[in-house]
Amino acid sequence: MISEFAVEMRDVVKRFITPEGNEMAAVDHVTMKIKNGEFFSMLGSSGCGKTTSLRMIAGFEWPTEGEVFIEGKPMGHTPPFQRKVNTVFQSYALFQHMTIYQNVAFGLEMEGAKEEEIKKRVGRALDMVQLTGMDRRKPKQLSGGQQQRVALARALVKTPDVLLLDEPLGALDLKLRKEMQLELKALQQQLGITFIYVTHDQEEALTMSDRIAVMSKGKVQQMGSPVEVYERPANKFVADFIGESNFLEGKIRTISKDEATVFIPGLNAELTGMPVSDGLVKGEEVYVSIRPEKVRITEKNAINQNIFHAKVTNTVYIGADTHIYVEAHGVKLKVLEQNRISRLDPKSFYSVGQEVWLMLMPENTLLLKKD
Amino acid sequence: MNPFRRSPFVIAAAIFVYTFLYAPIIILILYSFNASRTNVTFEGFIPAFSDRIEMDGSLVKASPCGPFHWYCDLANNDDVAEAAGNTLTIAFTATIIATIIGTMAALALQRYNFKMKPFSQLSLYIPIVIPEIVMGIGILTLFSQFFGWANEAFSLQGDARLSLGIVTVTVSHIAFMVPFVTLVVQARLQGFDKSFEEAAMDLGANEWTTFRRVTFPMILPGVLSGALLAFTLSLDDFVITFFTNGPGSTTLPIYVYGLLRRIITPQVNALSTVWILVVFTAVLLLQILQSRDSKQHS
Repeated sequence: MISEFAVEMRDVVKRFITPEGNEMAAVDHVTMKIKNGEFFSMLGSSGCGKTTSLRMIAGFEWPTEGEVFIEGKPMGHTPPFQRKVNTVFQSYALFQHMTIYQNVAFGLEMEGAKEEEIKKRVGRALDMVQLTGMDRRKPKQLSGGQQQRVALARALVKTPDVLLLDEPLGALDLKLRKEMQLELKALQQQLGITFIYVTHDQEEALTMSDRIAVMSKGKVQQMGSPVEVYERPANKFVADFIGESNFLEGKIRTISKDEATVFIPGLNAELTGMPVSDGLVKGEEVYVSIRPEKVRITEKNAINQNIFHAKVTNTVYIGADTHIYVEAHGVKLKVLEQNRISRLDPKSFYSVGQEVWLMLMPENTLLLKKD
Repeated sequence: MNPFRRSPFVIAAAIFVYTFLYAPIIILILYSFNASRTNVTFEGFIPAFSDRIEMDGSLVKASPCGPFHWYCDLANNDDVAEAAGNTLTIAFTATIIATIIGTMAALALQRYNFKMKPFSQLSLYIPIVIPEIVMGIGILTLFSQFFGWANEAFSLQGDARLSLGIVTVTVSHIAFMVPFVTLVVQARLQGFDKSFEEAAMDLGANEWTTFRRVTFPMILPGVLSGALLAFTLSLDDFVITFFTNGPGSTTLPIYVYGLLRRIITPQVNALSTVWILVVFTAVLLLQILQSRDSKQHS
């Protein structure tokens, strides 16, 4: 392959005219480089620009500004049927008047493949998605999960350089969705095709992706591996959108090259040894972000730094974990405790009203700029 | 148990509706076998082999076709054959052209946003809601003004002179059929997801192939319903045809109207019966298509 990148979006803007006549940027200066063979996800809530970005790669929409490159070639106004990418649609978009065989064969027919070759490749594609023997049925005669597989087979039979998936699992129930997530990932690794996956489900993105672009308001908020976006969220939006976070408002008291001291007015206390990120200055207002599962909760005060006295206000037992809601000087935090006990013993759980100590270890916290 | 089943009102209403809808048709069909030359009273069926003397002493002549005498009479009537030929030629030609235009209009209205879109949509209803006679006179005025001008301007002589005829009738029929086709196809397109077309293009089909292989087959039931509706409308159109026809372009409704003004023989009834059968078959076909269509979409 010529280019290192399967798909590149260079400073792409897509503006729409709203029904009220206003101009709105659905995609606002997005730059992404998606490597060959990568499982890349665009993650965000509806209206964040992820589907519009995908549609511009597929060729259903054209950028207002900027350029989309596929295999290093600028796409300009190249129509979808001349791009070596294929799409799995959210609604599957199976042709209702054709059989499963005809649906999967359609793309090969368009290439002008010989009938024998079509037969062989359609058979292989249907085997791959475990739909052997279903080729004579009509789409309506299949279950949602099966239709989803047909849509996948129909796109993959063309052996595209890049497969675009627009929330393909959205219509399936939870259990089937989890199965399909692993199946899709396995399929992608086996075929070595670049997958660009659009989803609003953060767990789905974390499960499958090599890299994730977290999007909001038409902009990429952060791009990185699942570990990076979870462990080192770039801003408050990402920290809040992926997983859960407690945010404590504070102000930087002192700052050096590697650590900072932050005063938290709500707790009327200082947090010391906070990790420093780029561009933070003394006196700046920041959020101290800490994940619920990373707050250490104890019954006794063990250390004398970054520890706060708090009171349990509520507990929610959800099996594998217990959510403990605490309040320290009016600041509310959520703490997650794993269920490590071997037998149900009510005494081993925290109870409402109990006095506890919260430890905010510096290695578990992040300082995020206030926007 | 259906609570309406025994309500006398429902039964009365049913009898009332069916009587007024179908009794005239049944009587009309019955009279097509009438032995009498006039359409006033029913005087029994025509015998097939020998003359019959009625109670009042009058003679009923036998016919080789028996009770179907008037149908044979009809079959030998060249004027009727010509009118039927005209009617079908006009109906088929106009249906094909109106279906193409109407379908294209429906697709354009569904797909694109343009400045005059609300006006275009509204203008579809105008030919449907305005009285047919107004439209007929309007079209006639248009044609005669235009033909007068063209004949004058190009000093056309003899056969080259533009005049009312089968072409003007066909064009007028297309004009009133297009809105019907468009509205029927539009209704069908309402649930048409553009992702089907995107999927086809994504798989390598260009615009034309996408239309031919995906869009058209998917909207075909709607297109056929629209076409059949237009066809039946054309078959029995009287008012607009009345204003726009000319020598040699008499259609069946116009022909029947002409007969009524002279003598009413059961031949008219025979003609009407055949006609009812044709239209009824077309409507039945339409119904079957529509029910199959709705089953596919449920």
